[in-house]
Amino acid sequence: MPQSVDQVLDHNKLFHEPEYQQMLKTKRERYEDAPSAPQVTEILDWTKSWDYREKNLAREALVINPAKACQPLGAVFAAAGFEDTMSFVHGSQGCVAYYRSHLSRHFKEPCSAVSSSMTEDAAVFGGLVNMVDGLANTHALYEPKMIAVSTTCMAEVIGDDLNSFILQAKAKESVPEDFPVPYAHTPAFVGSHVDGYDNMMKGVLSYFWDDAERTPNASINIIPGFDGYAVGNNRELRRMLGEMGVEYTLLSDVSEVFDTPSDGTFRMYAGGTGLDAVKAALNARATLSMQEYNTKRTLDYCAKQGQETAAFHYPMGVAGTDALLMKVSEVSGRPIPDSLTLERGRLVDAMADSQAYLHGKTYAIYGDPDFVYAMARFVMETGGEPSHCLATNGGKEWQAQMEALLASSPFGKNAQVWAGRDLWHLRSILATEPTDLLIGNSYGKYLERDLGIPLIRLTFPIFDRHHHHRFPTWGYQGGLQVLVKILDTVFDKLDTDTGSLGETDISFDLTR
Amino acid sequence: MSALRQIAFYGKGGIGKSTTSQNTLAALVEMDQRILIVGCDPKADSTRLILNTKMQDTVLHLAAEMGSVEDLELEDVLKVGYKGIKCTESGGPEPGVGCAGRGVITAINFLEENGAYDDVDYVSYDVLGDVVCGGFAMPIRENKAQEIYIVMSGEMMALYAANNISKGILKYANSGGVRLGGLICNERKTDRELELAEALAERLGTKLIHFVPRDNIVQHAELRRQTVLEYDPQSQQAEEYRQLARKIHDNSGKGVVPTPVSMDELEQMLLDFGLMQSEEDRLAAIAKAEAQTA
Repeated sequence: MPQSVDQVLDHNKLFHEPEYQQMLKTKRERYEDAPSAPQVTEILDWTKSWDYREKNLAREALVINPAKACQPLGAVFAAAGFEDTMSFVHGSQGCVAYYRSHLSRHFKEPCSAVSSSMTEDAAVFGGLVNMVDGLANTHALYEPKMIAVSTTCMAEVIGDDLNSFILQAKAKESVPEDFPVPYAHTPAFVGSHVDGYDNMMKGVLSYFWDDAERTPNASINIIPGFDGYAVGNNRELRRMLGEMGVEYTLLSDVSEVFDTPSDGTFRMYAGGTGLDAVKAALNARATLSMQEYNTKRTLDYCAKQGQETAAFHYPMGVAGTDALLMKVSEVSGRPIPDSLTLERGRLVDAMADSQAYLHGKTYAIYGDPDFVYAMARFVMETGGEPSHCLATNGGKEWQAQMEALLASSPFGKNAQVWAGRDLWHLRSILATEPTDLLIGNSYGKYLERDLGIPLIRLTFPIFDRHHHHRFPTWGYQGGLQVLVKILDTVFDKLDTDTGSLGETDISFDLTR
Repeated sequence: MSALRQIAFYGKGGIGKSTTSQNTLAALVEMDQRILIVGCDPKADSTRLILNTKMQDTVLHLAAEMGSVEDLELEDVLKVGYKGIKCTESGGPEPGVGCAGRGVITAINFLEENGAYDDVDYVSYDVLGDVVCGGFAMPIRENKAQEIYIVMSGEMMALYAANNISKGILKYANSGGVRLGGLICNERKTDRELELAEALAERLGTKLIHFVPRDNIVQHAELRRQTVLEYDPQSQQAEEYRQLARKIHDNSGKGVVPTPVSMDELEQMLLDFGLMQSEEDRLAAIAKAEAQTA
């Protein structure tokens, strides 16, 4: 046997041992009825042709590897950013395991959420009993200060009405009458995680604000939106606002709960926006959203309360950060301090230092609508060309915004926008019109392997690289991080391309 | 502008909900009310008399064609009919497949989010059959219909249905603002129909809003895909619908939390009215018939 107690092989190596290789070979020959190797190669090559691309882009009834997740994931993420808040997902259990594992795999932190565990009888009779028992159990077992209820497909298809159920559960004393139980209907088959974030955010605000009186003050609310880099970014945001001396409330801040220390104490809840702060946030003068597509309904709601609102597309890069800081300065009346201006200058300087290696580089970028917008904008600031911009959860409006952005710079001239497309589309697009670099999440590693285009992981989810999310990508400091990540990949590629001994190594330079 | 008023018509299948609601709304529009009809029935026949044709572009039909409901524009699914009444139909699956209830939820969410409820005084939901699942209760959720009108007749099954719908309303009335507006009796010329309708209304804690007499003119108009108000505005039947419309209009805020009765109570009522025989009577009748043939 290849495996022994004295020398335990990891599975990376184990299956390369002759015993396993022989077993797999036998299996292939005897049972798999596989096509011949040349045939496989032939078809594989064909899937990279223009012919296949056209068929692929004409695809109607199938989605393969969409670059998006479902609404409840966004709702669970949003709820995690409030003080001592437990997410309660009304529906079947497996769905909730998915949200928790998806967030854990990215943040490398535990993620708590409970399910009302609906089964067949609940599907027939409605999930009221599950809600009544579930809220009582959650309240008793996990001692939260707030329970944020969202829904899975199952509860949505049978039409369970959360408002009515929660009121009935309170009448049955599952939780005290005045215990906060905001809710959001989050059918997973509608929209994506950014809509779920939006619905839950609106649900939480509505719970605290609907019957309250607004007395405007000078404070500003900031909604970060669904963000895989939230740990680093929210802290960076706080730092910048602190530098400016602005009075603000971050509505939903997950930077603590998704980055708890190992000191012997398990923290089911950590940090997050205080519930009193959420109540008081009604009085804020303005609410600024860091990600437009995460907050469409929420910002409408804020505007109806009389607040000034503004939305950004992920404040990354020079212009992205400029726009945010200028808006914050405008609504708060606080000037942008020299310290931040200095940081801006440093970022611009760094970009200029590396200009020779970035100019004219072509990129394929995919992810959430706001991220792709910001990334394309930053790439153009570095002199790169965002040749392909793809958002599975982007629509017509996003497409128009992207086209306007790309038209604003000569670097966007040859760019194409792919709204509603998936990563299998992107494979065909990149096989026929390749780029130098690919920017996205971990799922892009298959494209990287298939097409040989280096992947830069800059957006959620990142499962196969650790801790990047602990460093910011927002603000001028974050811009530096992003710049370095791009450059590292550019230089690694250059070294590989020039690394062949005696062949290409005339350019295998020590100094770049 | 006064606050948006939302009403819904429920009732047993085939009772004449769509006919009654469209005629009533055609009368309501004469009172300068701006109206939006939301048909919540996969058959999509809640707006046929107002549009003078069957609505082809239902929300779900177009959503399925375009791939998703997010790709829809409001003007694709909102048609304007008789005297400016705005019409939409949720549409839904063919009989025997899919989930029509979810279709109702999807359609109503779409309409609300895309501004269909702006600039109207009335939203009227016309809902298929009983409240069979959560989806068909969508129009009676919080912040939707304030009053429900149950269309019924003196037939036994229509009375059962009215009682069942009241149970549905009661569920939501306890936790929200929905109320039972009243019963509308669509005459079928059964025995003691008016009396029976009034008795049921009393049992349910509500009132009989209007007794709509049977008149063939309704069928004549319907064959022409018209409401009676359009087909023959001077007719007596048109006047009946005008009365009903006025009563509904004046009924704002006067809805009640219904008091549905148990099956036994309902059957006792039917016995009292001679609509049903008691078991002893039936056995006696059978014995008598058998004795005669013997």
